[in-house]
Amino acid sequence: MPDDAQTPRRYFRRADVSADGHTLHQIDSSQWEHFYRDRWSHDKVVRSTHGVNCTGSCSWQVFVKDGLITWEHQATDYPSVGPDSPEYEPRGCPRGASFSWYTYSPSRVRYPYVRGVLLEMWREAKQRLGDPVAAWQEITGDPERARTYKRARGKGGFVRASWEEATEIIAAAHVATTKNYGPDRVVGFTPIPAMSMASFAAGTRYHSLIGGTLLSFYDWYADLPIASPQVWGDQTDVPESADWWNSSYLVMWGSNIPVTRTPDAHFMTEARYKGTKVVAVSPDYADNVKFADDWLAPHPGTDGALAMAMGHVVLTEFFRDRQVPYFDNYVRRYTDLPFLVTLTERGGGYQADKFLTAADLGHDDEHAAFKTVLFDDTTGEPVVPNGSLGHRWSESGKGTWNLDLGETDPALTLYSWADEHVAVELPRFDEGATEGGATLRRGVPALRIGDELVTTVFDLLMAQYGVVREELPGDWPTSYDDASQPYTPAWAEEITSVPAATTARIAREFARNAERSEGRSMIAMGAGTNHWFHSDTIYRAFLSLVMLTGCQGRNGGGWAHYVGQEKARPITGMQHLAFGFDWQRPTRHMAGTAFWYLATDQWRYEGFRADELTSPLGRGTLRGKSFADCNAQAARLGWLPSHPTFNRNPLDVTNDAQAAGHSVAEHIVAQLKSGELGFAADDPDDPANFPRALTVWRANLLGSSGKGNEYFLRHLLGTDAAVRSEETPPEGRPVDVTWRDNAPEGKLDLLTSIDFRMTSTGLFADIVLPAATWYEKHDLSTTDMHPYVHAFNPAIAPPWQARSDYDAFLGIADAFSTLAADHLGTRTDVLAVPLPHDTPDELALPGGRVRDWRHGECDPVPGKTMPKLVTIKRDYAAIGAKMRAIGPLLDTLGTTTKGITYDVGPELAYLRSQNGVRDAGEHTRRPSLANAEHMCEAILALSATTNGRLAAQGFRTLEQRTGTKLADLADENEGKRITFEDTKKGPQPVITSPEWSGSETGGRRYSAFVINVERDKPWHTLTGRQQFFVDHDWITELGEQLPVYRPPLHMGRHFGGQEIGGQAEVTVRYLTPHSKWSIHSEYQDNAHMLALSRGGPDIWLSEQDAAKIGVADNDWIEAYNRNGVVAARAVVSHRMPEGTVYMYHAKDRNVNVPLAELSGKRGGVHNSLTRLLLKPTHLIGGYGQFTYAFNYYGPTGNQRDEMTVIRRRNQEVTY
Amino acid sequence: MRVMAQVAMVMNLDKCIGCHTCSVTCKQTWTNRDGTEYVWFNNVETKPGIGYPKYHEDQQRWRGGWVLDRRGKLKLRSGGKVKRLLSLFANPNLPSIDDYYEPITYDYDTLLTAPAGPHTPVIRPKSALTGNDTSITWGANWEDDLGGAPEHAPGDPNIAAMPPQAAEKVRFSFEQTFMFHLPRICEHCLNPACVSACPSGAMFKREEDGIVLVDQDRCRGWRMCVSACPYKKVYLNHTTGKAEKCTFCFPRIENGQPTVCAETCVGRLRYIGLVLYDADKVTAAASVPNEQDLLDAQRDAFLDPHDPEVIAAARDEGIPDDWVEAAQRSPVYALAVKHRVALPLHPEYRTMPMVWYVPPLSPVLDAVTDANGDNTDPDQVFHAITDLRIPMEYLASLFSAGDADVVAGVLMKLSAMRGYMRARTLDGTVADNLLAATGMSADDMESLYRLLAIARYEERY
Repeated sequence: MPDDAQTPRRYFRRADVSADGHTLHQIDSSQWEHFYRDRWSHDKVVRSTHGVNCTGSCSWQVFVKDGLITWEHQATDYPSVGPDSPEYEPRGCPRGASFSWYTYSPSRVRYPYVRGVLLEMWREAKQRLGDPVAAWQEITGDPERARTYKRARGKGGFVRASWEEATEIIAAAHVATTKNYGPDRVVGFTPIPAMSMASFAAGTRYHSLIGGTLLSFYDWYADLPIASPQVWGDQTDVPESADWWNSSYLVMWGSNIPVTRTPDAHFMTEARYKGTKVVAVSPDYADNVKFADDWLAPHPGTDGALAMAMGHVVLTEFFRDRQVPYFDNYVRRYTDLPFLVTLTERGGGYQADKFLTAADLGHDDEHAAFKTVLFDDTTGEPVVPNGSLGHRWSESGKGTWNLDLGETDPALTLYSWADEHVAVELPRFDEGATEGGATLRRGVPALRIGDELVTTVFDLLMAQYGVVREELPGDWPTSYDDASQPYTPAWAEEITSVPAATTARIAREFARNAERSEGRSMIAMGAGTNHWFHSDTIYRAFLSLVMLTGCQGRNGGGWAHYVGQEKARPITGMQHLAFGFDWQRPTRHMAGTAFWYLATDQWRYEGFRADELTSPLGRGTLRGKSFADCNAQAARLGWLPSHPTFNRNPLDVTNDAQAAGHSVAEHIVAQLKSGELGFAADDPDDPANFPRALTVWRANLLGSSGKGNEYFLRHLLGTDAAVRSEETPPEGRPVDVTWRDNAPEGKLDLLTSIDFRMTSTGLFADIVLPAATWYEKHDLSTTDMHPYVHAFNPAIAPPWQARSDYDAFLGIADAFSTLAADHLGTRTDVLAVPLPHDTPDELALPGGRVRDWRHGECDPVPGKTMPKLVTIKRDYAAIGAKMRAIGPLLDTLGTTTKGITYDVGPELAYLRSQNGVRDAGEHTRRPSLANAEHMCEAILALSATTNGRLAAQGFRTLEQRTGTKLADLADENEGKRITFEDTKKGPQPVITSPEWSGSETGGRRYSAFVINVERDKPWHTLTGRQQFFVDHDWITELGEQLPVYRPPLHMGRHFGGQEIGGQAEVTVRYLTPHSKWSIHSEYQDNAHMLALSRGGPDIWLSEQDAAKIGVADNDWIEAYNRNGVVAARAVVSHRMPEGTVYMYHAKDRNVNVPLAELSGKRGGVHNSLTRLLLKPTHLIGGYGQFTYAFNYYGPTGNQRDEMTVIRRRNQEVTY
Repeated sequence: MRVMAQVAMVMNLDKCIGCHTCSVTCKQTWTNRDGTEYVWFNNVETKPGIGYPKYHEDQQRWRGGWVLDRRGKLKLRSGGKVKRLLSLFANPNLPSIDDYYEPITYDYDTLLTAPAGPHTPVIRPKSALTGNDTSITWGANWEDDLGGAPEHAPGDPNIAAMPPQAAEKVRFSFEQTFMFHLPRICEHCLNPACVSACPSGAMFKREEDGIVLVDQDRCRGWRMCVSACPYKKVYLNHTTGKAEKCTFCFPRIENGQPTVCAETCVGRLRYIGLVLYDADKVTAAASVPNEQDLLDAQRDAFLDPHDPEVIAAARDEGIPDDWVEAAQRSPVYALAVKHRVALPLHPEYRTMPMVWYVPPLSPVLDAVTDANGDNTDPDQVFHAITDLRIPMEYLASLFSAGDADVVAGVLMKLSAMRGYMRARTLDGTVADNLLAATGMSADDMESLYRLLAIARYEERY
């Protein structure tokens, strides 16, 4: 293209007809052209990005003309990633490209709304009583009035209110709840800070300051790969998308990259031209399959079987038949494969038990029980190497928490040292009468060390995968073609349908490529494999492949998990300010899934109990327990948080303690022991324990993420619901948790939604506040897909009465403070805090051996055998002032992320100058957070990824612990600081920092755990290595010590057939993959996306299934199961496999959803057919990497194991 | 020789992820207004499929493009001037709104204004044309990702155009699923049927860059252009009653910016460049008797921008030097002429389209059988192009008037490039056998690789 602006338009030449008379060239220019030129012309272009629902973090140019936003195009000015790689530009997708439609959409929330029936009650009561708090107490305390406005939820009838009136109602509800029930009954829900940090922080800071409960989202969304903390002791850390380019073998496994990672998909298509082989594993012919050299289409949910069979091939061909020096060296140094595991005899056989520790060797040095042991192949002696957890948290471990093995030559196998060959009992789940499966027996070489019989993790792994070695006893497959034994390719073929030869070939290619390229084989994995009940076992089977082949911590290799990309790169500043750690520590973080499971009473509808899942090799620890019982136990042992916490207002508990003359902790321990005080999780249906006020911002809980949607409507909201399930019969009910005969309906007194769209959450809310869109405010955005920090900037001021989330919460905080001055004053709160990750509390549970104080197995000791008890003094009249100023704790305690503490004195001085100062209570001249720009500036200044001084400081601190060289990683950027102004100008590349595990130093692409591999920095696990083996008691109970295949739950067995019959019906697997036409529920209501899709809810099904029920393309159908009903159109396509349907996530009920025939109610959302199930191993804590952190560990809201019945419905629909 | 300049586009379908961002940014920028609700200057179709508007490739039905008369001269398929004049008021070859789709809106404000009632408020579809309640039965992108394909896609005219034994291979079954996405804009043809068919002289091809436009003042809404365009890329604005079409974003092009669809393409698959052609050769090139010779004839009409004679002639025609330079570094010229990997869409329409396509490799094996994989050598990771899921003949009916060898030649090059680069990337070796098999030099390979893979902004436009 000629790139100058002076293209010579030859306006004045006359028309010129071509010789053949066909073509008229050039005529005189006329006015008509101005129409197109005018349409293109604009007044300004403002850079912004898209915040909620998507964390793609794309840089967009927003065009403004005549003061109105017209449209948006992608920015193309990303910093270069180097001359031999494709660049990031232009990142974006069709959803984002249509965003500006919302600005002036007729369904935009323009004003505050309150449902009329509630507003009338409010105005009357307030006028009569004169006190807003009293008014709220009266309305909610009157069962008749409360029932009236709660029954009206979701049924229209909104009335406009002013901001003043709406925020006063909210504040009155929050004050009344705090006063009467406790601040932990005031709950906030908002997801993923990375996609708009200031907006996230506004509400989380408010809730933290009042003592409210903040719900996690990553585990709740089932996007958290539980296997990641299990294996690595890290939440999620993955390569940026440009690193796909460095891969030479890329498997897309349950990750439909063109649809779900649209802006970056080109790195995959382009890498093919560099010679990268691309493999797609997908049950349907998805958008990504067309790029793949091979398509493997396992039955949904059987990916774990395929991965185990691939592991069988890799271990056979690259470890047994032939040793690959690169792999061999890698697994000895960076994984737990050479570590010793004890074998205990039980019932005539042996079982793998626990890691052998220095304590078992009789050592009595500091934390010896947390120093794992390996065997030296040269000396034939056990060795306690550096780098395990005992080195991380001991005084003596300073400078030795590293992976340097020195002279030690770790034995991978004891094969040549063995005293004996021992047959070990191993769990299997492909057969058996229950979910707990059966067992098989395979031999390992074993050695007696002291009193213990031990083998290595590698030897156990070979047995688990069924890789036979001469002379070892047990049941082994005869060849790859032996389908009778796990985990051969032929065995996998019977489960997955993938031909055995294909499985073997892909495994072989994958490993061989890793061998040739030194670790550049990659698996991009996604929701398709992660949203299962047993996703952790599926993922561990994947991760084994990348660890065995030395791909993790290598550019172009390893796992690439892209679901709910959560990476808030400036994590330290974000979390300290968002959770108010500048004023008080900690905050009430709560595991979202556990919260909703109890709050929505889904626990009352179980079809089976936790012991259904336990392996025959278990010791009966979970016998008779329901999932709610497991959760209650996890709460009282300090594993998982549990809020609301006690069955009493924590503000009153501290008063009682004072009155009794005890310390708060002593008082609580005594009362818990005596039973005078209980945990709310033990009796979730006691009205004292209800969550009372819920504010949802940046989220659509009821139209998108809320699994078990109909249970939410019935129990949490108290309105119409299409739940079709019976409650659990008496013999299946919890044994510890109290069962109340009448299930409560309408637990929640107030639901507030802050949004610019009218989603289901808004439709069912009591109050809807109009939010500014992402083109109308300042904020920050980052992602794990790329290494840049982006700014949001207002292209226009928020129109009508819209306000940014930041300003909305400042208003709520002010209203709260005003009312609280009289009603609350200053009170002492007490928090029950679970044992946190990346702290010495990881040492609470030696060997992961569970002891329950309630059963007399130990004493209740806060911080050891039960939660820590922390008191916080709260000046409730000062909330608004504290919101606007950085508190004094940063001066004295600094900031701490992943165990590293930073001195931020200079940063606070900088922020005083940059942001100006404010007073808050007795604290004067504090750096200001009075607006979102201040918040953004502070987040950037206080984080090491955006402030080189802190990065260098953090690495120096870490060096003292590891004794290895690290600080040079930040040398090049020590003087660099990214300011908010910088981010407005363009995408800013971040700085290598100890907050994360990869390195961008020298312009490298980010890949996870590069620092660990290259600098001998341990992982945050028990062994300090990547772990194939885990030994917490509950994991052993479930038979998941090692990678293993667990099939999808047998829903038919647990809940019975659900067909109503009377007409043709088909029961199918019900999956909800991410949609091409929306980002969750966002955009599914956008006119452009509706035009490009089918204009409303639809369910994709195969030709065969459609034929069985007489359905043609675009027919109306209904899908139902015990959880609810959905009415939708059918999309019939041969790209769908028989037996599986897709309802793309997340179809809200607000667009073109008719009344369902079966329920007579609005035809449901995709989550009307799903329901929560807690996996007990997701609840564990107190031990090594199995310790709690927000969004790091916790039960997932998995939903893919669900089945649904489909049938054709009356084609005459009514709305 | 009469040198003219044409701004042209190549889309690499092998990189298209089917995301439709191009459609949305184009729609938002140009046709998000009254009268053009149903209009998508840029749309993306899933192939196999019948497209938008329905069956637009079926010229038996719509009578678009050119044919040769008995004397071998070009004539519009819709007939001579007289015939077209007689049908001015009753053009039988005009798609109805149902052949596109009924544009939809919704009663959006219901969500906010619904009074208290028994049910959750919902918005329901209304016709954007009449405002009445309606039921959605077709759309702008109904067939996306093979939705409804078993019912509709067998009617894809490209399947009918395939040799019968090849067409039999196109089965709409799970195991044999294939698809690719085809983004389409106006072709800005060298021999545009729409311009020729316009009775008002309102359609024209800009002299300096060949962009085909509709003069909104002169257009009388006869819609002969809609019929004559075999790509159905001219639309009637039902509010103004005038024809409208893709303008190749001329207000941007004039300022050295790429089109909206190209710049916002996140698949990075669109290339824009100038090509010089010999205007005196156009008629002859469009008139070669054998349809399968049209591709070569069209390539022959392009002029080598490095040829001193061409440069001199261009100067004589008043084409500025920087335009000649632009033609010299044109990625379109490189892909279409130098590397010969880009092909025109339906050359048999004889309009000499100026948006060309690199056909998709689609290198996937059968999902359920272990066809042809090499189980002995794990270093042989790629399959032969004979294993491709998309039948070569299907691509040939789109891009080479049915000549499967042409398509095979392109796919062979792409495939060889992957093998060549894999060897270079993993071992630093040069795969001489692949150079020999494709007749490409190592430099050719590298330059094609850089153009397709690295694809820098400055190199794409």
